[in-house]
Amino acid sequence: MAKKISVPVEIANGYAQLASDVLARAKTCGATEADIVVADGETLSVQVRVGAVDRLTKAREKRLGLRVFIGKRSATTSTSDFSHESLERLVEDTCTLAGAVVEDTVSGLPDAAQMATDQPNLDLYDDTVLDTETQIDWAKRGEAAAFATDKRVTNSEGAEFDSSSGRVVLANSHGFVGSYKSSSFSLSVSPIATDSETGAMQRDAWYEVQRKFGRLASAESIGQEAAKRAVRRLGARKVSTKRIPVVFDQETAGSLLANLCGAVSGYGLYKRASFLLDKLGQTIASELITVYDDGRMVGGLGSRPFDGEGLATRKNTIVERGVLKSYMLDTYSGKKLGLPSTGNASRSVGESPSVGPTNFYLVPGTKRAQEIIGSVKDGLYITELIGFGINMVTGDYSRGAAGFWIENGELAYPVEEITIAGNLKQMLKDIEIVGSDLVFRGRITSPTLKISEMMVAGN
Amino acid sequence: MSDLIQLSKFGVTEFEAQHALDRLNVRDVDYADLYFESRTSESVSMEEGIVKRAAKSISQGVGVRATAGEKTGFAYSDELTKKDLEIAADTARYIANSPKGDSPAPVPTQQRPTRDLYPMEQAKAEVATAERVALLNEIDAEARRYDPRIKNVLASFNTEYKMVAVATSDGTLVTDIQPLSRLQITCIAEEGDNRQVGSFGGGGRVAFEFYREGGRHLDYAREAAREAILNLSAVDAPAGVMPVVLSGGWPGILLHEAIGHGLEADFNRKKTSAFSSLVGKRVASDVCTIVDDGTLPSRRGSLNMDDEGTPTSCTTLIEKGILRGYITDKLNARLMGIPLTGNGRRENYQSVVLPRMTNTFMLAGESDPQDIIRSVKKGLYAVSFGGGQVDITNGKFVFSASEAYLIEDGQITKPVKGATLIGNGPEILTKVSMVGHDLKLDNGIGTCGKDGQSVPVGVGLPTIKIDEITVGGTRS
Repeated sequence: MAKKISVPVEIANGYAQLASDVLARAKTCGATEADIVVADGETLSVQVRVGAVDRLTKAREKRLGLRVFIGKRSATTSTSDFSHESLERLVEDTCTLAGAVVEDTVSGLPDAAQMATDQPNLDLYDDTVLDTETQIDWAKRGEAAAFATDKRVTNSEGAEFDSSSGRVVLANSHGFVGSYKSSSFSLSVSPIATDSETGAMQRDAWYEVQRKFGRLASAESIGQEAAKRAVRRLGARKVSTKRIPVVFDQETAGSLLANLCGAVSGYGLYKRASFLLDKLGQTIASELITVYDDGRMVGGLGSRPFDGEGLATRKNTIVERGVLKSYMLDTYSGKKLGLPSTGNASRSVGESPSVGPTNFYLVPGTKRAQEIIGSVKDGLYITELIGFGINMVTGDYSRGAAGFWIENGELAYPVEEITIAGNLKQMLKDIEIVGSDLVFRGRITSPTLKISEMMVAGN
Repeated sequence: MSDLIQLSKFGVTEFEAQHALDRLNVRDVDYADLYFESRTSESVSMEEGIVKRAAKSISQGVGVRATAGEKTGFAYSDELTKKDLEIAADTARYIANSPKGDSPAPVPTQQRPTRDLYPMEQAKAEVATAERVALLNEIDAEARRYDPRIKNVLASFNTEYKMVAVATSDGTLVTDIQPLSRLQITCIAEEGDNRQVGSFGGGGRVAFEFYREGGRHLDYAREAAREAILNLSAVDAPAGVMPVVLSGGWPGILLHEAIGHGLEADFNRKKTSAFSSLVGKRVASDVCTIVDDGTLPSRRGSLNMDDEGTPTSCTTLIEKGILRGYITDKLNARLMGIPLTGNGRRENYQSVVLPRMTNTFMLAGESDPQDIIRSVKKGLYAVSFGGGQVDITNGKFVFSASEAYLIEDGQITKPVKGATLIGNGPEILTKVSMVGHDLKLDNGIGTCGKDGQSVPVGVGLPTIKIDEITVGGTRS
């Protein structure tokens, strides 16, 4: 292998020149249009377990992804090797690959006029650099707090503190060049509680992610919450098979919202693989449901100034009072459906664009979680869902669940080894109460939700 | 492929590798290794009758690791200069802040892998994109020919060509070339408002010809189409506890979720698995013997050596119902004082090694599969599954059927919609009352996720009867 030429420091400080050189090279190889993504980043991850360092991971990485169009044929490639020879070869390979596929009449870059003209600072980056000892200390304090919270916390899967920062540069043959930096800081604590009589163990976890280090909740509060969640699962039992009301806590309601997010994504729709096919403008959910996707929320975990094709991000109304108002689209899936892009192109380096959420959330209602539980005579409060039993084509839904039995409006005892089943089309319509407790803990987030009835399978 | 590869293929010299290992050679480091990886992945995919996407990615880098007691220090880099190796080594040894070792690290001597489970010329792995495009076109035509109600065919063909070298503080250097490919087909069937999906696929550490042998790609296409069409007439699945018969092959995902993960040594060393301290105890009925075998030729889960350079092996996990042992990597085998089984795996140079499964399956029993079905008065016959998941600590696992039928009075009757099955790992196999003589391994589509890392795996199962398990349908 030829000796590598490292990327000079001045280019590493702004990949714009590199991008422009690669795009120019692609043109000479026959590309009619092209775009390029360059991403780099640093991460430091610390895991402690039972008070001692378990694993320490540190890395810097970089990657370049190229997409070329030769007329209506296209191909995508990526590499971590930025040497001159490697990039030359990459450009040639990409053009050869593009020549091997079939013409796709709707393929191509977005129109030049559509490219983002503003790149607002969304406050996604914090230049705080934490040293290893600080991160170890955070993780240790988080785990120690979990042990201190309850003597039934007897073991631990560990606590992990991660910090990362990175930069993305996107450029295309229209002359668009965009870039932004982002960072993230997260702590997760995963304690294990043991039932002293039966020896049965339960694990749970709590975590927080923030773009700014200063916004993280204390390590102690995260550890305490994790401990409470593990301990409360002790003594869980099965319940009998029946149809009952189901309350989804914030975490599991978020996963339900993620299913909705998948169903309104353009790629599933044009492939006829979504249960929300041909439903635009129709009532698809209870009138309590309004959902936004907001790409420009300041400091948001899913925010970005432009999407994976260089279009400006924005706030889209997905569902308004139960009516499906908009799909989420990039240029390609939009054209397939005869609609403009919604600025939701998501791009992982080395893949052609797909559609992804930015900050996708369900607008909160007025009821507190306690009041929602209080409205149920016999039912389930779900705190965990496992498995992949969701058919996006039909909406059929059947997942493993754990949580608590609700008796006369109170949590009576923990429940496990059950499934909940229904069909997402009906479940969305059966949402009876929307909680007031919306918290932005991830890209997709929901307050507590109550569904009037689902099939629970147990004994 | 077990031909010797020189380290220079990765752009480093043996001297540089030894130099990095020597920097890791401080008093409290028990073990250190360098994992060099160079990987080329390619994919072509089709939908709506045309092959419209092609992609290729190249990645190369080194993962540098040191372990001291229970601690692991790890760093990785996509640059492979002497300086980058030094920085990575200094980061990795941070966990063992101690003085230099007494003697220098040995110069790694290259050893030939002990076996060659996927002999293949590189030329065979690299077929022209045009041939892959032709393969997908034939699949599309075949699926649509199967039934006019097939309205869309999504097919993809992915290949990976991975070259690895592991240099260890024990003074060994082992290399391997690990080809891998997979063909995946999804069909969408429509009849009025009723739309259903069916999927099928296969692959392994095989050459491109594998997919054309005896028209295998066309068989796959018909299978995906058949499942989609079948689901058009599926009725709601039942809910509650009932007997379930699993057919052979891919339903072996039961073993992977219910017991396999729980027997990975890391969870047991930490005593966070529902199986901790159950070695020697009964965890299955005496008709169950289960192994993890990384040594099967050409299989998706097979490896000549694991990612620590240990030859893979066939490990008996459960013998006639008794739990025999765990699957291990070097760190956990050392800390637990148990045998090294060659299950130390990582997704790539950017990931740490974890004990992971290879091909996990139950050995054949003596029952006639037809007798097994006939023995059920009212229950479910599950033939194909989507994914599964397990909570290691409380042992609860799920896996979701994508093709299943009702069994009524010993006969297979109506197809039912997919449903999730849920059970308790340490308990479920005690309810296996019959094991068929028809052991089948899956077709080579499995990918296992753990700690955010994906690795290819295989599963296998003869037809078995589980006397009772909870089925998560919607019909009471």
